[in-house]
Amino acid sequence: MSVDPSGLAEAVEAVDYTGVVPDAEADKAIEGRGPWLLAWQRLRRDRVAMISLVIIVLIVLMAIFAPLATWITGHPPNEQYRQIGLTPDGLPKGPTSQFWLGTDDLGRDIFVRIAYGARVSLLVGVVATGIAVAIGVVVGLAAGFFGGIVDTVLARLVDVILCVPFLLVAIALVSITGPGLSITILVIGFFSWASVARIVRGQVLSLREREFVEAARSLGASDRRIMFVDILPNVLAPVIVYSTLLIPVVIVVEATLSYLGLGLPPPTADWGGMISDGQAYYTTSWWFLIFPGAALLITTLAFNLFGDGVRDAFDPRSDQLLK
Amino acid sequence: MLRFLIRRTAQGVIVLWLITMFVFALFYVVPSNVARTLAGRQASAQTVALIQHRLGLDLPLWRQYLGFVGRALHGDLGFDYYHQVPVTTVIATALPITLSLVLGAAVLWLGIGVFNGVLSAIRPRSFVDRALTVFSLFFYSMPSFLLGLLLLYFFYFQLTLAGITLFPAGGYVPLSQGVGPWLDHMILPWFTLALVSAAIYTRLTRGSMLDVLGEDYIRTARSKGIAESRVIARHGLRSALTPVVTQFGIDLGALLGGAVVTETVFSLPGLGKAGIDALNQQNQPVIIGIVLLASAAIVVANIAVDFVYAVLDPRVRLH
Repeated sequence: MSVDPSGLAEAVEAVDYTGVVPDAEADKAIEGRGPWLLAWQRLRRDRVAMISLVIIVLIVLMAIFAPLATWITGHPPNEQYRQIGLTPDGLPKGPTSQFWLGTDDLGRDIFVRIAYGARVSLLVGVVATGIAVAIGVVVGLAAGFFGGIVDTVLARLVDVILCVPFLLVAIALVSITGPGLSITILVIGFFSWASVARIVRGQVLSLREREFVEAARSLGASDRRIMFVDILPNVLAPVIVYSTLLIPVVIVVEATLSYLGLGLPPPTADWGGMISDGQAYYTTSWWFLIFPGAALLITTLAFNLFGDGVRDAFDPRSDQLLK
Repeated sequence: MLRFLIRRTAQGVIVLWLITMFVFALFYVVPSNVARTLAGRQASAQTVALIQHRLGLDLPLWRQYLGFVGRALHGDLGFDYYHQVPVTTVIATALPITLSLVLGAAVLWLGIGVFNGVLSAIRPRSFVDRALTVFSLFFYSMPSFLLGLLLLYFFYFQLTLAGITLFPAGGYVPLSQGVGPWLDHMILPWFTLALVSAAIYTRLTRGSMLDVLGEDYIRTARSKGIAESRVIARHGLRSALTPVVTQFGIDLGALLGGAVVTETVFSLPGLGKAGIDALNQQNQPVIIGIVLLASAAIVVANIAVDFVYAVLDPRVRLH
């Protein structure tokens, strides 16, 4: 598994983003809707994307208000209810009025743990993606814009990182340092920025030769000004699309690391870890496996659907191009 | 053409060399307890120091690195102290299993993915298209370990409960013991690996086909009166498959590094599982060997893909 899932980078790059952000002066001259507004309106009309957005917001709310779950049910996430939570044989109990989604092997409330698990997944998803995008954009801009030796060195660096088998090395790193939230975020972020850098570099290379950059240069604009004022806004569109589609990938990677025992240390509630614990019990207690699995699946599905919608919204051809 | 290939291979060698440095830094800069593990808990500090010296662990870092690379170039990837066999033996035992898994799944996902993608593209927005899109998105969002566990739950557990013992719970049976048992053990892992990728390839093929089918030369072919099926198969598919082939090469390379998760879920003793076991045992020579092999596979795959691309599209060679 790699952190640039097959075709993700290509799918993002396949869209023609040029013209999404023309310069502001021409915008004002023609009294029309700006391209960001156009994209937003297209997104709003996409029902599937909007429904996914609602689901994402609900999941975010669930994560933020996880303590509410504890307050309602009266069960803290790490509290083991060995008497009332387990059957006389010591097996997890199924969904009841007391434990809405059943208990796990230590008698903990699964519903509450799913709510707290959302925190981990979303936190890692957003922060790791943020780190990857921040580094990737800077590196990609520098490589694409300055060219020459800077480009060669940076491009080689990106190549090396993309050739490393991510999962094996991530496992190795975490086994050396020990599992934890920061190391998980850093490891994922470290391996993801390379794909972002590649996309940004490609965009910059194609934009560099465009007329409006030449025009700015002939007006005497400095390199820095051209990079940040002319090129960066036009690079943002594919970056936004890629980021939105990267978040679910990161969430899945984090769940995979947890499943392999390298995510957050117990007893922290984490969807991947819960699934890993649940697999030993799937013959007797299906809810232990199915409910965290469903939570993970719904989250990634929602983000993917929304990301698809964002990508189509930025593609001016999408109205004619059949979705 | 030859110059392009040479240039590309040279780049690949540089990347691989950089990777060896990266891997080496990762594992040797961290204090190794190979010596301590070998010496055993009761050993004195002197014994540990002696073992360290024998293993060359007290040499300066750069000398260790050179020794490491030198041995690797001679095909010696180190010694697995845990199991008392050379690392190459460990890899040689695990490789056929990973190959069975990955190649079998690759055939599946390529077939399913391309077929569905083409189906979607030739009838856009139809029911078939929408259904396949939903199917793709669903499996694309599914983590592979979850899919594996679900498949185990439904096709192993529930079926066995119902009295139909079709699939085992895991493990591997080599081909030499019969095609039937081998297939039996491989089908669920194959589908776990393949379904997620098939979803990706469906989307990829669909997008690529749609682009190609909108091209002018397709319109020309149609207006010449060529049968639609021929238009799609001969003219459309050929160009549309280029990005698919590219992606396939890269995926294959990456997966040969060990389909770690699938192997763990189904207890297949392949490279990925060997890697994880080695990590749990702090068995560094094996870890290094596997990571190197995996990286080499990815580098080689990238070169092969670039080569195929250069063959298909002459403009690439001038770059």
